[in-house]
Amino acid sequence: MDNVNILIQGGLLGGLYALFAIGLSLSFGIMRLVNIAHGDLIVLAAYVGLIAVGAGMPALWTLVVVIPVMFVLGYALQRGLLNFTLSGGLLPPLLVTFGISIIIENALLEAFGPQTYRLQAGAIETQSVQLGGGIAVGVYPLLVFATAIVGIAALQLLFYRTRLGRAFRAVSDDAGTAELMGINNRHLYALAMAIAMIFTALAGILMAIRTTFDPAAGPIRLIFAFEAVIIGGLGNLWGTLIGGMVLGIAQALGAALSPTWQILAGHIAFLIILVVRPNGLFPRTRD
Amino acid sequence: MAVTVERSTRASRGFALILCAGLIALATIPFWGEAGTMRLIAEMSYYLALAQLWNLLAGYAGLVSVGQQAFVGLGAYSLFYLTSQFDIHPLLALLLAGIVTAAISLPMALVVFRLRGAYFAVGTWVLAETFQLGVSLIRPLGGGSGMTLTPAIVRQIAPDRAGREMIVYWIALAIVVLVFAIVYFLLRSRHGLALTAIRDSEAASESLGVDTLRTKLMIYVVTAACTGFTGAFIFLQKLRLSPEAGFSVNDWTVVVIFMVVIGGIGTLEGPILGMLVYFALREVLANYGSWYLIVLGVVAVAIMLKAQDGLWGLIAKRFNLHLFAIRRHLVRSSGTTTGASGF
Repeated sequence: MDNVNILIQGGLLGGLYALFAIGLSLSFGIMRLVNIAHGDLIVLAAYVGLIAVGAGMPALWTLVVVIPVMFVLGYALQRGLLNFTLSGGLLPPLLVTFGISIIIENALLEAFGPQTYRLQAGAIETQSVQLGGGIAVGVYPLLVFATAIVGIAALQLLFYRTRLGRAFRAVSDDAGTAELMGINNRHLYALAMAIAMIFTALAGILMAIRTTFDPAAGPIRLIFAFEAVIIGGLGNLWGTLIGGMVLGIAQALGAALSPTWQILAGHIAFLIILVVRPNGLFPRTRD
Repeated sequence: MAVTVERSTRASRGFALILCAGLIALATIPFWGEAGTMRLIAEMSYYLALAQLWNLLAGYAGLVSVGQQAFVGLGAYSLFYLTSQFDIHPLLALLLAGIVTAAISLPMALVVFRLRGAYFAVGTWVLAETFQLGVSLIRPLGGGSGMTLTPAIVRQIAPDRAGREMIVYWIALAIVVLVFAIVYFLLRSRHGLALTAIRDSEAASESLGVDTLRTKLMIYVVTAACTGFTGAFIFLQKLRLSPEAGFSVNDWTVVVIFMVVIGGIGTLEGPILGMLVYFALREVLANYGSWYLIVLGVVAVAIMLKAQDGLWGLIAKRFNLHLFAIRRHLVRSSGTTTGASGF
């Protein structure tokens, strides 16, 4: 039963990794922007949550504040800065988001110091449901996993059932033509980043309840997100969820071997899949 | 109208002279300078070497790596392992460290070359993280606590402290000269022309017969060798190596990227200027904690948005000045250089 347990815990952890990855996947899918600062933005969201908790809000309720804050920040960041990097080849977006990553990390270090924090969500952290056969699943990991599923389903609806989604797809396919058809690309890109940041906010708060975080916690989150996206296949959100689950299960198997193997096992699984299936398990669009 | 191709310009010939004079002056510092000065210049030297190597990879070959720390760490660990396990002379082990790193970089390329653009960047980072975690599990390499060079090994360089400091300092200068020479001659060779073509249009250069994959692979391996060699030297000087220090993304990649971006990516002169700006900022903001990294980040972002070619790009454009003769200029027989023909 131990092995089944590991698979289930690892798979559920994949829900959190999918939430890490959705924002990264959206900004790449719509504006071909790989946001190196993505992990640091997740951690920034956690710190915004920390401030809200300090003001007396329960941990999960901070989402009411953190989501709007990150939404506005995302819109402003894209409209005010990142849009200007999109016309000049590979280097500007890469190096500008890289610079932002270092700025956020060190600004958080100056503001909050190097110590680790965690958000306390109360009883929900320890509750579990029995599945029979001696296997118990935590309520909180289930909640996180459900959030990822609902989030991805909502995005699919947005993309394939709404006017806005049609515009997103048009811009993604051919930005120049979309603009000729009357779409305001700059606004649309900013909106895409804002929507990506809703997921960044969710990822940040749900992460902060599950594990500790500090100013330097961003890069490894970017790497987890990146691994989930590549394993699942570029441009496929359900694939990203499965990519996150594969990563989570690999880490859980590694951790069962020895705690020092946890993250390494995830990297190794990623590298193997990259060599065997360079386009991921479920590729949709090609870079 | 007869036209000939000219490589060097008056500025580049003059600069070569100044460079030689400056190098000779630097090389004499051990005889009259202080140990602190030598240490600072040695640090500037290896950072300049790392910056120029990242510039070759990212600025010329379009391979933006955030995983240079993998090469630094691999080189350093090679040095420590070879000297402690096989009693190899540390200076010979320096060279071997470069070769070992290059050998390991080949299978690494197999993995990361499957990723393009920004994904290549994150892929190199994952590899570096994998090495860091992997090394900390290997007992003979000291595990998580790392390794130390014993006094017996260190004494092989020179019996006394002053002699060691002198030799280490000269090696630092030699590394910069070597790296600049390799990059310079590489860019002047047909590979340099191929790189320029790839940079301007990968598809077009491929259709004209440039083997883009092979050219990029060659640059990747050369960079790995030189970065591994430099990394081995850095830790020969530090004497103490741990997985966190050897594979530090902040020390060996972040700072290096900022230097190149600020100085001017895709130019040989840029990294020099960027390195000087970095050390100046670090001195000025020494008492303000991590503020110097925030300032560096802001400057780098501003430069990427407003002046993509960096500080040196601004100077080069303003004065049409190119200090290294890696471009080709078309010269009419009458002897006047045509305007913007350099490429």
